[in-house]
Amino acid sequence: MQDVVIKTDKLTKRFGDFVATNAITFGVYKGEIFGFLGANGAGKTTAMRMLCGLSKPSSGDATIAGFNVYRETEEIKKNIGYMSQKFSLYEDLTVLENIRFFGGIYGLTDQQIKTKSEELIERLGLESEAKKLVGSLPLGWKQKLSFSVAVLHEPRIVFLDEPTGGVDPVTRRQFWDLIYAAAERGVTVFVTTHYMDEAEYCNRISIMVDGKIEALDSPTQLKRNFNASSMDEVFYQLARGAKRGD
Amino acid sequence: MRCFTNSPGVQNAETNMKQFAIFVKKEFAHVLRDRKTLLILFGMPVMQILIFGFALTNEVKNSAIVVVDYAQDEASQRLISRIEASRYFEVNKAAIDHHQIEESFKQGNVKLALIFPQNFEADLMHQNKAQVQIITDATDPNTANTLTNYMTAIIQDYQADINQNASIAYRIIPETKMLYNPQLKSVHGFVPGVMALVLMLVCVMMTAVSIVREKEMGTMEILLVSPFKPLLVILSKAVPYLILSLINVASILCLSVFVLDLPVNGSLILLFAESTLFIITCLTIGIFISVRTGSQQVAMLISLMGMMLPTILFSGFMFPIENMPKVLQLITNIVPAKWYYIIVKSIMIKGLGFSAIWKETVILLGMTLFLLIISLKTFKIRLA
Repeated sequence: MQDVVIKTDKLTKRFGDFVATNAITFGVYKGEIFGFLGANGAGKTTAMRMLCGLSKPSSGDATIAGFNVYRETEEIKKNIGYMSQKFSLYEDLTVLENIRFFGGIYGLTDQQIKTKSEELIERLGLESEAKKLVGSLPLGWKQKLSFSVAVLHEPRIVFLDEPTGGVDPVTRRQFWDLIYAAAERGVTVFVTTHYMDEAEYCNRISIMVDGKIEALDSPTQLKRNFNASSMDEVFYQLARGAKRGD
Repeated sequence: MRCFTNSPGVQNAETNMKQFAIFVKKEFAHVLRDRKTLLILFGMPVMQILIFGFALTNEVKNSAIVVVDYAQDEASQRLISRIEASRYFEVNKAAIDHHQIEESFKQGNVKLALIFPQNFEADLMHQNKAQVQIITDATDPNTANTLTNYMTAIIQDYQADINQNASIAYRIIPETKMLYNPQLKSVHGFVPGVMALVLMLVCVMMTAVSIVREKEMGTMEILLVSPFKPLLVILSKAVPYLILSLINVASILCLSVFVLDLPVNGSLILLFAESTLFIITCLTIGIFISVRTGSQQVAMLISLMGMMLPTILFSGFMFPIENMPKVLQLITNIVPAKWYYIIVKSIMIKGLGFSAIWKETVILLGMTLFLLIISLKTFKIRLA
């Protein structure tokens, strides 16, 4: 039996009459790359915000890294990393300053920050850019840097909200190499995406439609179940029944 | 297995302090790296002080004046030629009646009138003292004051000359009359006014914009997901602006003391303490705006329209509150800048101590607490 690091039980979020996330129940294993798919407005972001402790569930239950989403949000925050769909490092700070800042607010010691930033810059090949403003880097590098900063404090789980939006296929591939490397180190990766080729890279994926999880399995198994040749087709079969959209 | 890492409170406080320091450092980097912000922050107060200051205190040259000479005697003529010789005045000797003086003031082409009584020389010779009357247009009080000083200086000069070979001292007594604005209000009023304006603008706008920017950029979300406490995010945003604003207060005071010759008559410590309080009030307003708005433009617009205008209109700095209709007078009470303006005027110009301004201080303090509580409440609601 593998360790379960994310576990939800009928997790629900209502905004007035609108049920954004409707009683979702699933588990994510340690070291797994878990794809969280759904059309726009399906409730992915709301679900993810609850899991990160940014928003309180209306009902149901969830534990993240062993901590309860109602009572132990502070502990959850220490154990997760987060990268949003908006690029979110400080553009007017240098690469090094960003690393130092985020390392600092996650409570790393100066020594840890020093070793880690050297490691990170070497891994990304950013040696000559380390003292440049982040705003001057190309988007692909920003995304990679952003991911590396999100896992700087060695979280047990990292949440990625459409991390590769607007990036070319080559850079996306490189980005996924970083994700695999992190998963090999034992970091659980929870990722939302629009790109179906990316869905194929995941160990398991769930597909949300109108606030509910309609399918959850490995990409191979899903294709078999839906008698489809590609993930695109699986997704289309499920999502065309959706009532909600943009 | 679950493990609760409840570190002891002391250690917690220590990491919090360290995180706080890191955050404040980052905020300074934002401010110091942004040329535009820096320019607004430090350029604006200097500009305002200089513009206001020199518009009011620059040396006044070649002012048109009118001389009404009822005496037409040797003494009056000699004094008039001295005045004509000075570079300060352009004398208009057109024979007008003193009833027409006010008319020329109203037309605005004459700044000062000098009137000799009929028996000027006779009075001077026989009674050893004579009077002249100086009337100025005090709608621009600083010019009026300066011109009067120049005129009295010339008269005293003349008096000293005729006294050189006289056994008994002759005295010419100028009787001064400031038309339209006898108390010369607002001469010094603009420095406290500029202080209130600058602090209001810098603190409210900059804090609001810098918090909203994090929301807009998406970094606020990252911060909220991190273990860094939301309250600390807000506080560390406020600290750099508090410090920079105090530097601003110091620079405004330096300018007014050394460039404009306006001394600080009261306690400097008290002035800084009250300024700190007002800065905190403004920061709280900035935080309040930022919590309720989503874009930098909106935050800036609200700060400008919602704060700048009331500050200019209702603080008493530009327009006397006593002249306003009752309803507007009541509105001025909720403008924090009004109270700060009164406080600074009392300390700087009148040289009063805390006992004279405790009431205003309490009002400001109350406003600050009120705003702080509402902003924190809204902020918490937004988080949920």
